[in-house]
Amino acid sequence: MPVAYIPRTRDLYNDFTPYRWVENDSAPFTPLTKPLSECRVAMITSGGTMYRDQPRFHREDASYRRIPIHARPDELSVWHFGYPTRDAERDANCVFPLERMRELEAAGVIGKLVDPAFSFMGGIYSARKVSDELAPQIVDELKRAHADAFFLVPA
Amino acid sequence: MTSALDITRSVKPPRAVFVNFPLGHQTGPPGQPELQRRIVTDAMRAFAGISSPGTIVELPYVWDPNDRSWEDTDYTRGWMPARPSREAADKLEAERQAKFRRD
Repeated sequence: MPVAYIPRTRDLYNDFTPYRWVENDSAPFTPLTKPLSECRVAMITSGGTMYRDQPRFHREDASYRRIPIHARPDELSVWHFGYPTRDAERDANCVFPLERMRELEAAGVIGKLVDPAFSFMGGIYSARKVSDELAPQIVDELKRAHADAFFLVPA
Repeated sequence: MTSALDITRSVKPPRAVFVNFPLGHQTGPPGQPELQRRIVTDAMRAFAGISSPGTIVELPYVWDPNDRSWEDTDYTRGWMPARPSREAADKLEAERQAKFRRD
């Protein structure tokens, strides 16, 4: 049975005003116009992955990090307050499947993995901060990189 | 990717792939590259195949066929391991910074 996370958020943080999850009436949609094997695909995690000595994330942090796609596993670390990060610290691929996406690129499943990949710490209370500040910056990055698609992995 | 079906149904991203795994493992358990690869490959194929806005494709993988107790405890009180103290966290961060400056 899928876990009902909306009521659990209410229970877990019941000392605070009930969190209002974003409710959209419809899904935006851009049809894919070429095979995935010809697409430039970007990867984004909200799991709080960091590369080498990049500044650590903190609570209410709406900044993001650029992660080179050839980063070695031992060059990645994680900071997030909202989920147990132990497994993602052991193996970044749990929430940031960089090695797996490189394999899919090598196998020709995707055309090209966009370099760099992107990371932010998704435990941001303000949805407005995400939609007005964080998301537009990442959209700019994706446009500059001529990405055809992006793969968003939450935590 | 998503492991939170109710949140995804509320937010309505263009395309989504659901896997019923505990938070922090949306593309698989640690140290299991084969399973991770299958999940990510399935996600890519679903992405290419979805033609109706807001479609959520559900993957069949089971976290642990012998123990579903995580479903009762994930994201509930007492579920998070204790956080290090401010001092301990600062020390860890200083070590991380120093490690990569040395390289």
